Amino acid sequence: MANNILEIKDLTIHYVTDQETVKAVNGISLQIAEGESLGLVGETGAGKTTTALGIMRLVPDPPGRVIGGEIIYKGEDLMKKSEHEMRSIRGHQISMIFQDPMTALNPVETVGYQIAEVIRLHQNLSKRDAELKAMEMMELVGIEGARAGEYPHQFSGGMKQRIVIAMALACDPSLLLADEPTTALDVTIQEQVLDLIDNLKKQFNTSMLLITHDLGIVAEVCDKVAIMYAGEIVEYGTLEHIYNNTSHPYTQGLFGSIPNFNSKTHRLKPIKGLMPDPANLPDGCVFADRCPHAKDECRSGKLVTKEIEPGHLVRCRLFE
Amino acid sequence: MSKEMSTADAISMKKKSQFGDFVRRFKKNKGGIVGLLIIVMFLICALFPAQLVGEDYYSQDLSNRYCHPNAEHIFGTDELGRDVLTRMVWGARTSLEISLSAVAVSCILGTIVGCIAGFYGGVTDNILMRIMDVLMAIPSTLLGISIVAAFGSSIYVLIFAMGISSIAGFSRICRSSVITIRDQEYIEAARATGASDFRIITKYVLPNALAPIIVQISMSIAASILSISGLSFIGLGVPAPTPEWGSMLSNGRQVIRDHAYIVIFPGVAIMLAVFAFNLLGDGLRDALDPRLKS
Repeated sequence: MANNILEIKDLTIHYVTDQETVKAVNGISLQIAEGESLGLVGETGAGKTTTALGIMRLVPDPPGRVIGGEIIYKGEDLMKKSEHEMRSIRGHQISMIFQDPMTALNPVETVGYQIAEVIRLHQNLSKRDAELKAMEMMELVGIEGARAGEYPHQFSGGMKQRIVIAMALACDPSLLLADEPTTALDVTIQEQVLDLIDNLKKQFNTSMLLITHDLGIVAEVCDKVAIMYAGEIVEYGTLEHIYNNTSHPYTQGLFGSIPNFNSKTHRLKPIKGLMPDPANLPDGCVFADRCPHAKDECRSGKLVTKEIEPGHLVRCRLFE
Repeated sequence: MSKEMSTADAISMKKKSQFGDFVRRFKKNKGGIVGLLIIVMFLICALFPAQLVGEDYYSQDLSNRYCHPNAEHIFGTDELGRDVLTRMVWGARTSLEISLSAVAVSCILGTIVGCIAGFYGGVTDNILMRIMDVLMAIPSTLLGISIVAAFGSSIYVLIFAMGISSIAGFSRICRSSVITIRDQEYIEAARATGASDFRIITKYVLPNALAPIIVQISMSIAASILSISGLSFIGLGVPAPTPEWGSMLSNGRQVIRDHAYIVIFPGVAIMLAVFAFNLLGDGLRDALDPRLKS
């Protein structure tokens, strides 16, 4: 597709310490088209958040180090931007929603001030206008504008997350990185927040990278899905590809772990074992140790990602 | 229009309510209130000495030297016949002036050093904090004495000397609270909105790190009142005839057997001031401690 807003090519990020090198992200590639939502799904520690931070160029250094790869945003490589240029992109063009709304807001400033701060940072508005815009944004996410003068501790978790969303969308970004926006919320609030994100995304025509470990959320919100495992994208495709033609054994395992209302199962089939230590990844397929189809040839050599149908990519020996 | 008004009201109301919270907690602390009252008393002395006791703290009246406390001279007169009360009230101005400016100097410099060291960490942190360690290794009175001895005694040198010697304390306290705040998620979130380091430090880190610094300010004022008096006592403080509690003490010490009041009154003043600032510091610490918030 020509109108890709974000294209990641071969991104590799490691955390290097004196003791070990943690290979958090290993050569991942993905694309997000304008107005499209991509769900990045994986277990804890699969490198999802590191990927998002990598896009923002906010990987903590030290110990984080971007080893290689390109992040092409609107035709320009973000890796080649200066820190100053990145600052004007962050929050303005690309913004991020953090996992835990409880800690993502500054406790000593009012929420209205914090939203206005982002607006004033990127748009040439007077303090008064920025505050009015901040109130508008709050109304937009369903919180009374009159509460702009309150402090974060006076809001509930769901409301805080909505304020974080208002902050992220305040400058009308073209790409939104949502890092598990609903993990810290209970299920009913989760639904509200997801609806809100979905509506606002359509309203502003924003593209989104939704990081989550909940396949249900992905089915609801996203157009495309990337399944991430131990720093690699093991399967990538549209919703139909992933949900109806599940190909990679790991993805199959993920679906096997979800209770199904339509069929009667006595026991779920979890994936056996644990994710490999990212500081000590095995040769060959990273999933081989837990894979029910693993053969000897899986444990050596370099895997290639294969397109098994148009737009459906799988990284597995079974399909090579 | 009405919406704008109500929001503006809401903002001012809520801001007040958090401050009100702090005041309510501070009021519960009797010691803090006592400290505050004593400090206010000294402040009034320092601000309006002429109105309280007249301007004449310097002219000598040798026929009236060593007058014990009486109706005319409530605190008596000193070896040159000057009224002790007048000199003590004017002395409050000298002491507070020097100690407040000295603490302002060390607080500003120490906070800057502490913020930079704590926020950036690593090599920067190491270099800055080792410099602070060097400052800490020299006893502060000794450092003050050497600076005053080198540059001559004047109020500005005194302020500079006192300020330098307590930078290290401020920078350490500031650094430690900055380190705990640096890794909070809202700092990362601020980065993700495109804020520069300077902005993050001034708007996000510093306001959150302020509580221990405020407490340290009030404690340092007490300490520096004491060291000014100490320096004046050994003759390196404020030059005569400017009245200063420490130098009054030192003048009176030769005649302490016969005229103890000359030493007692300024001594009590020093003690009260130090005590009051310490009480205030304790009260502030309790009121600002987030763990005590209900």
